[in-house]
Amino acid sequence: MSTMNDPNPDSPILRVDNLNVSFHTSKGVVRAVRRVDFHLGREKLGIVGESGSGKSTVGRAILGLVRPPGQVQADAIRFHDQDLRNLSNRQWRGIRGKRIGMVMQDPKYSLNPVMRIGEQISETLRVRERLSRAERQRRVLASLEAVRIRDPERVYRAYPHELSGGMGQRAMIAMMLVADPELLIADEPTSALDVTVQMQVLAVIDDLVSQRGMGLIFISHDLNLVASFCDRILVMYAGQVVESCRAGELHQARHPYTRGLLESLPDVDNPRPVLPTLNRDPAWLEDVP
Amino acid sequence: MSEAALRVEKLQVNFGPVEAVRTVSFQVAPGACFGIVGESGSGKSTILRAICGLIRDWRGEIRVQGTPPRYDRAFFRQVQMVFQDPYGSLHPRHTVNAVLAEPLKIHGIQDRGRRIEAILEQVGLDHSFRYRYPHQLSGGQRQRVAIARALILESSVLLLDEPTSALDVSVQAEILNLLARLRAEHHLTYLLVTHNLAVVSHLCEGLLVMNAGRVVEEMTIDQLRRHETHDPYTRQLLTASLGYDREAAASLQTFD
Repeated sequence: MSTMNDPNPDSPILRVDNLNVSFHTSKGVVRAVRRVDFHLGREKLGIVGESGSGKSTVGRAILGLVRPPGQVQADAIRFHDQDLRNLSNRQWRGIRGKRIGMVMQDPKYSLNPVMRIGEQISETLRVRERLSRAERQRRVLASLEAVRIRDPERVYRAYPHELSGGMGQRAMIAMMLVADPELLIADEPTSALDVTVQMQVLAVIDDLVSQRGMGLIFISHDLNLVASFCDRILVMYAGQVVESCRAGELHQARHPYTRGLLESLPDVDNPRPVLPTLNRDPAWLEDVP
Repeated sequence: MSEAALRVEKLQVNFGPVEAVRTVSFQVAPGACFGIVGESGSGKSTILRAICGLIRDWRGEIRVQGTPPRYDRAFFRQVQMVFQDPYGSLHPRHTVNAVLAEPLKIHGIQDRGRRIEAILEQVGLDHSFRYRYPHQLSGGQRQRVAIARALILESSVLLLDEPTSALDVSVQAEILNLLARLRAEHHLTYLLVTHNLAVVSHLCEGLLVMNAGRVVEEMTIDQLRRHETHDPYTRQLLTASLGYDREAAASLQTFD
């Protein structure tokens, strides 16, 4: 495995410096991501924020998936020692889905509806290396087992509509895993799932980070989930990182936006007659120093 | 004891061979809020759809303020529903005004302009919203319009199907506060379906926990807050909703 041969296991997997994404529209320029910096090691980094905060755009910018009229500018987007800015399509094919995987929110829209699950997963392998058909099948079944699908043979032959949401999402993760990526970008990977299934899918991802030394960027709107699952958290508002902290310290967050989000959550153990709502301070929109 | 605003007795719904709801009974007192909690496929939304007549092929007994539903105009003046997805439940080419005027027209109610202005104010939207289209509104504003549409006939029973789960948490707080205020001001009865135990504990006084079409447990909110669960399924649901825990994840069971 590539991660084992890494000369320096402490060097960051990903380094993002001064990332900016803007969209030029007929109504003016929208700055979707502003001056975002972070390093990612072999850890689980959470990016939280509300819709429109720019959290998904960060993930898409790293993978070069921002299309015109969007423009990406950064001082550095460095994956190990490779510069991810201005790669050709050919160079991207060696990275996307192989060294960096991405899991999106809804398996209903991310899986090809007219292709069997097994074929979709082995397609990832086919573009990666020359393997015999039997060997590919063996690896695909192993990846389905790794995400704790109880009957991998059945799922291998199934079409996406024959699977439940949780199974479909596990198949998506299996598809990412079969390529053994060094970095996984997961954008709301469990938001469409029931809480108990969500826990099981997260356990699978958790084990991959701890056993394979994978880096994880976990993009979510769910503060409590991120606080309990990740190691470190970036809180985004209007395209900027307004706060970053260790996950365990989220509840001591200082930025009024983070505090406001936490307080607006209803809580089984802490009933309040009226929930505090967020008063958005225009000053939060200004550039963070 | 006063008549229950909503009483469901031995409700059964089958979809072909699938028993979606298997003998479910509960009642909701006037002015109360009652929650139904469960995961997907538990049958919780099917109960709402049976009550409001989106599913007519059910067995058992349903009583709204003592009378069986006839699904006529008088019934729909009493019972209205708010759906999960405010993006899907408003017609994209109807203005807010048109959305709110339609039920008034159907029921032959005059004085529509004044009623529309009044209901918009009730749900916290000023008159500048009256002639906007859904795409000009945020998710929270759309859900406010959906709530206004449910209340404009002065219905007394609201069926709420995951009313906040498509919204950001800060917007969810606003909508939950709005629902709590409207209930107190108009003595409304709510039946709330959700997968979110925290939302139930905020709004309701009692709840049913459902799994695979069956009632697993009925509890009061105080029991929920004290984590007094009697059924292993409820306990697992509560643990899972408190956040990620590697050990808890390993011990999860499947209940049929």
